[in-house]
Amino acid sequence: MTDAVITADPGDEADADAVQRAIEEKIYGFWLCLISDAIIFALLFAIFVVMAQNTADASAGRTLFQLPRIFAATVLLLASSATFGLASVAIAARQRGRVIVWLGMTIMFGLGFVATEITEFHGMAVADAAPWRNGFLSAFFALVGTHGAHVSFGLVWIVLLGCEIALRGPTPIAASRLYRLGLFWHFLIIVWINIFSFVYLPRLL
Amino acid sequence: MLGKLTIDALPFYSGIAMAGALTVACGAAGVIALITWLGQWRSLWSEWLTSLDHKKIGIMYVILALIMLVRGVVDALMIRTQQAFAFEPHGYLPPDHFDQIFTSHATIMMFFVAMPFVLGLFSMVIPQQIGARQVAFPFMNSAGLWLTVSGAALVMISLVVGRFSAAYWTAYPPQSGMQFSPDVGVDYWIWAVLLSSVGSILAGISCFVTIVKRRAPGMRLMMMPLFTWTALCASILIIFAYPSLIVAAALLGLDRHLGTQFFAGSDGVMNYISLFWIWGHPHVYILILPACGIYSEVVATFSRRRLFGYASLVYSMIAITALSLVVWLHHFYTIGSGADVNAFFGRAAPLIAVPTMVTIVCWSLTIYRGQVQFSVPMLFTLGFIVTFLVGGITGFLFAVIPPSIHDTTFRAAHFHNLLIPGALFGYFAGYQYWFPKAFGFRLEEKWGRRAFWCWIVGFCLAFMPLYILGFMGMPQRLNRSNVADWQPYLIIAQAGVLFIVCGVAFLAVQIAVSIRDRKALAASSNDPWNGRTLEWATASPPAVYNFAAVPRVQSVDPWWALKQAGTADHRPTRFHDILMPGKSGAAIMLGAMSFVFAFAMIWQIWWLAAAGGLGMFAAVVSQTFHDHAGHRIPASEVEAIESRRVLAPVLGREAPT
Repeated sequence: MTDAVITADPGDEADADAVQRAIEEKIYGFWLCLISDAIIFALLFAIFVVMAQNTADASAGRTLFQLPRIFAATVLLLASSATFGLASVAIAARQRGRVIVWLGMTIMFGLGFVATEITEFHGMAVADAAPWRNGFLSAFFALVGTHGAHVSFGLVWIVLLGCEIALRGPTPIAASRLYRLGLFWHFLIIVWINIFSFVYLPRLL
Repeated sequence: MLGKLTIDALPFYSGIAMAGALTVACGAAGVIALITWLGQWRSLWSEWLTSLDHKKIGIMYVILALIMLVRGVVDALMIRTQQAFAFEPHGYLPPDHFDQIFTSHATIMMFFVAMPFVLGLFSMVIPQQIGARQVAFPFMNSAGLWLTVSGAALVMISLVVGRFSAAYWTAYPPQSGMQFSPDVGVDYWIWAVLLSSVGSILAGISCFVTIVKRRAPGMRLMMMPLFTWTALCASILIIFAYPSLIVAAALLGLDRHLGTQFFAGSDGVMNYISLFWIWGHPHVYILILPACGIYSEVVATFSRRRLFGYASLVYSMIAITALSLVVWLHHFYTIGSGADVNAFFGRAAPLIAVPTMVTIVCWSLTIYRGQVQFSVPMLFTLGFIVTFLVGGITGFLFAVIPPSIHDTTFRAAHFHNLLIPGALFGYFAGYQYWFPKAFGFRLEEKWGRRAFWCWIVGFCLAFMPLYILGFMGMPQRLNRSNVADWQPYLIIAQAGVLFIVCGVAFLAVQIAVSIRDRKALAASSNDPWNGRTLEWATASPPAVYNFAAVPRVQSVDPWWALKQAGTADHRPTRFHDILMPGKSGAAIMLGAMSFVFAFAMIWQIWWLAAAGGLGMFAAVVSQTFHDHAGHRIPASEVEAIESRRVLAPVLGREAPT
């Protein structure tokens, strides 16, 4: 052990480095939040699989879901993912206006998705397929509804971040927020693809 | 207007419940009156409640844990008293009230004593142990605290308004369903659990990122102190396991109020039980691993030796972490999952004994030939090593013995054996060990020793009879019995809990005496125990930024190495500005509003729930748009603080015996 013991000092780092370090830590932490969230979805999927046969003699498939509507919802959500990607590209180029426009498009597609889902849920409730009807429907509403709630929450977040970018401009902090929001949004798309494949498709084919 | 809330919610149904309610109400009013009388609201608000300083958040966590410990122990006393005297005809508690106390005892001890104690010690110690100035996410850390406080407040207010769950802390359906628990008790349980779970996840993520990203330069993973290692392992388990509890509790709420069918029928009940224990088993290790970390620090410090088998200890902790995620089913062998499933878990579960034995051997070999100093933290550690062996061996019996001891008091004795010596003694050791770090003076030794002896004698008296009763076939959770053979053992257990009550009282006396004699107990240096890890390199209590200059780490026990090299007192030649987070009222607002929201949801006061929800949203959004980087401590001020520290009399590093 030499006397070179007290040398390293984060005090030496410039403020810009400190900001950069904070941003990296936040992205890292956000991945951990997504892990927790992914586990919630994984458990809801597991419950859905376990409950899939608990239909109490009610309809559990073809008559319950409509392929055109599911297809429309999927297209809307995938489109919102694409427009979000374009917003990310725009903020990297510091183009405030384009960021706002692409985020606006994302919100439109997202709202379309949520509206489609609400229509579907309402239609099912009216057709005596409400969540309390049987275990299969409980699990279906919990899984798809949790996803829908996440999308709605993401929309509120996009609105807030859009306001921030409109008011304060595409600052590095706003860019890092958009990056994390993007992780969340694309994560929801991945969850939806799983819902489409494991919940809807086997019952429509 | 007030939903289901009517005047009948007040506990007129029983004199004992009314007395409990009055105690809580008077206690709260007394604290408020005292603060007002002292005129301390302003400083309390600005120095503590809105603070983002990881040390203050840690201290507040531990205060919460100690307050709730008193409530939990009172519950235990009431349970034991009932069982000791409820031999024909019925004791002093009606069955429903007994079950409420049973449920609240376990819920409080798990979520509002053990978890805050663990998270508080993490928040207080971890950044200093790894040479960091602050946790990675100060606001999340603070939000975790206030969400936990709000969950604890829900449990406390259930004493006054309405009633608590009588479905035990595991809240298995169908007992926790609407049919058998139509009142708000289970809803209180659900919301208290949800709030504290979210709080724990936030705190766990903050702790994990702090350890991964903020270690002092040179500190590789295999140089981290053992407590930091266990904090890392526990954080991983928190992030992976707690979502399962959130799902279980949320779906239980949906079953109760929307009539969904998640947990209906025997398949459904199995779903709930699996979800619960997928969290529940890792949770045991979330509580025990940090205690193992504390024992490791204490053993090394008070034996004056480097920890024996550092690498083996680290790998054991990692092995326990991994195994704990795949053994949850051993909590319900008797439910009938089939021979294959039971066989898998029956073989996996005892494997945990291997790394556990490695840790015990490592600690024993550290003590062997060490210059052991029997101070209070060391006493708790030695008490743990002896009694924990019993707990481990009885755990083994569950894997090999036919089901006759499952669901008996043998099981209750076993898990108390793990959670009192295995976890709580560790927290007490850590509390005694790091108290001078937090406040600059040691805790008084004499009362500490008395508390320790009361705890260990009380523990043995209270739980060894329960092992015997389990072999005799006494089912757990009985509120009365008609078997004369059981009663002598129950009376011995009652005596044990009285010792534990004395132990709690002595801990309180210890604090009072220590504050009175704080001049005499003032740490003779910043390093009263002659410590080995970096937290002892800071002042006691530390400056807000912990380290004016962060040491470069080159080995395990870096502070010890610096002292050996004689370079521990080096001052940096040049000081820098230090950027620290400011204050934020948003976290405590989030906690308060989540309390309002949950309370309103429990009583179905929809307008209030909407207001609480909006309040939570506003608190989070206000923090989100808060771009201030914090406040800057100029280099001159840092230099002034550090100079004062050097000028303070240093009377040597010998720890008192």
